[in-house]
Amino acid sequence: MTTAASVHDGTGNSGDAEGSPASDSPYALSHLDALESEAVHIFREVAGEFERPVILFSGGKDSIVMLHLALKAFAPAPVPFALLHVDTGHNFPEVIDYRDRVVAEHGLRLHVASVQDYIDRGVLRERPDGTRNPLQTLPLTEKIQAERFDAVFGGGRRDEEKARAKERVFSLRDEFSQWDPRRQRPELWQLYNGRHAPGEHVRVFPLSNWTELDVWQYIARESIALPEIYFAHERDVFKRSGMWLTAGDWGGPKDGEHVERRLVRYRTVGDMSCTGAVDSDATTLAAVISEIAASRLTERGATRADDKLSEAAMEDRKREGYF
Amino acid sequence: MTSTIDTAAGELAGLSATTLLRFATAGSVDDGKSTLVGRLLHDSKSVLADQLEAVEHASRSRGAEGPDLALLTDGLRAEREQGITIDVAYRYFATPRRRFILADTPGHVQYTRNMVTGASTADLAVVLVDARNGVIEQTRRHAAVAALLRVPHVVLAVNKMDLVGYEETVFARIAEEFTAYAGELGVPEITAIPISALAGDNVVEPSSNMDWYGGPTVLEHLETVPVSHDLTSCHARLPVQYVIRPQTAEHPDYRGYAGQIAAGAFRVGESVTVLPSGRTSKVAGIDLLGKPVDVAWTPQSVTVLLEDDIDVSRGDLIVPSSDTPSTSQDIAATVCHVADTPLVVGQRVLLKHTTRTVKAIVKQIPSRLTLDDLSQHPNPGQLVANDIGRVLVRTAEPLALDAYADSRRTGSFLLIDPADGTTLAAGMAGEAFAKAEDAHGAPADDEGWDF
Repeated sequence: MTTAASVHDGTGNSGDAEGSPASDSPYALSHLDALESEAVHIFREVAGEFERPVILFSGGKDSIVMLHLALKAFAPAPVPFALLHVDTGHNFPEVIDYRDRVVAEHGLRLHVASVQDYIDRGVLRERPDGTRNPLQTLPLTEKIQAERFDAVFGGGRRDEEKARAKERVFSLRDEFSQWDPRRQRPELWQLYNGRHAPGEHVRVFPLSNWTELDVWQYIARESIALPEIYFAHERDVFKRSGMWLTAGDWGGPKDGEHVERRLVRYRTVGDMSCTGAVDSDATTLAAVISEIAASRLTERGATRADDKLSEAAMEDRKREGYF
Repeated sequence: MTSTIDTAAGELAGLSATTLLRFATAGSVDDGKSTLVGRLLHDSKSVLADQLEAVEHASRSRGAEGPDLALLTDGLRAEREQGITIDVAYRYFATPRRRFILADTPGHVQYTRNMVTGASTADLAVVLVDARNGVIEQTRRHAAVAALLRVPHVVLAVNKMDLVGYEETVFARIAEEFTAYAGELGVPEITAIPISALAGDNVVEPSSNMDWYGGPTVLEHLETVPVSHDLTSCHARLPVQYVIRPQTAEHPDYRGYAGQIAAGAFRVGESVTVLPSGRTSKVAGIDLLGKPVDVAWTPQSVTVLLEDDIDVSRGDLIVPSSDTPSTSQDIAATVCHVADTPLVVGQRVLLKHTTRTVKAIVKQIPSRLTLDDLSQHPNPGQLVANDIGRVLVRTAEPLALDAYADSRRTGSFLLIDPADGTTLAAGMAGEAFAKAEDAHGAPADDEGWDF
């Protein structure tokens, strides 16, 4: 482990009187400061109560913000957690590059659970539609068991999807990593209960109360670098199920699908096979934020095929141990 | 919910200056709660096209005429099948003036624990009544929960005004009755608003049907109610979460005590005492997530550096030397029982208070409280799910609890089952309501625990 992470010097207002509405005392925090403070509290709570925590890191914006918050929570000491990436084998190369750079920069330890490896061994089978997102659950849960991780940080946000609206900050999973919405513990005040039996673990969601716009505003405020695919660029894409997908060996384009070169960017980053790009000319953070603030579609509605599988798709995947 | 904000593109400075309000709703499906929540989200333009499309599709497939806004807040499959809400759901929306986190809690009698959960972090609670029924048992229960959890602001939303001809006298009578009841319980601030969630009157847009009402709409009130108060009168409290010791060449001697300020404010130079040890020192520095500051306050997460090298660890409480709480192993509190198995006298539990978890025994359950009429039932022997009662708990180590009335973060605790980690009860130290109660008897023997 190398030493202190380079913590960005946040330039946001930290509760000093600037920008507070007149109805509030000078002690009012901005919403970003309040969310940041809450997330840091969650990271430190886990560090104090668990033996082997790990941060799920996909190289997407939410996990990048999680890591940034973890760096701030423990500075000037290093982050006391490893990273875990569930590699679908269909990742965008820009995202893998970013992941490796971040790991090197902060001297972090990276664990990888590989979907491709499971397919090669014949444990998992490729789906007809080519998407590998639902295949991530088994490699993830087996890695958690093998490494005996007892707390697993995920970047899930409650605003993303209706099953996630019911998720706890500390979400207990049994030894099969299953989520039972009826068995979740009531979560009161800021008192998180992380007690669990051997073999069980707790999924922890520090960004529970953040929205997509909060995440982007925070990225802008903290000047956090992101993979380039979040900004507008020219790309060869083809249309499937109403989404622009990246052409590639993973399974597209197929018969009747035509590749075109378009100016696009990604609102979410997942598996190449189920993450759609949106037409965009937003090349800066400010332009991206303006675009999101004006968008009439949720980020998953606009870009994620995996949630369209059924009305209860996310609920079903969560029950099985998905993020 | 992903929010949209109707501001000119790129006004980032404006966007980042909003504050955050956490609020909870209480009321049942019959009162139109889902419709109110759906209306708030819809009329504040927080519902996006794909979500609305899903709602319209679902409404059509159920044979509804127009989009049923209540479906926006539908969660899990079991709920859709049974038409009920089984848990707290959190919803997010924003206006140019403020960001909101809504704890949407079901209002049925068996879901007291969900309402308690939602109210525990709320700055404001919206209690919904049906104008045709007025204040009923359930309304009194909701008022009692808001009072018990010390929610600073309560809004009485008198819904379905369209079904009573938008009559001012109907509204005034209900508002008066509720305000008198909630006031007696010690609710500090009550705002009554006549609305029709279905028609949209006074939810986001002012109603043209109720010219007699001159107050704010629900959303206007949510946007302007103060979310923080003057902290100078509060006890300052910092529970230590974690000790940061890099032990690197760059920071060989750095030793910082990390935590979220639970109440009040701390200043550099201030004399502080560390509990339970009672050792004293001075604040040498405050690190606000990478930025040194002279003063920090709740709910900021900070790292505090002390002038002296004293022994401080997770679970300790840093307080001003001029304002130390008393420590005790005997806690009298009101609890809401949240587990499916009962809580009984003599039960061995774990008690989690701030960042400290200690062994404890339930010594007595002096009374159970009926929320409908606040009647006390002496010595019930046990509390079952959704019961609210008084308990006396003896802890294995001294704890520095404040009265919940003074400090929600340092006056609250959880009781946890040591066997499987289940959260059993949510506790609030001190008196339940603003009204004084009799103190209860002294605890009995320690039943063989090495205290």
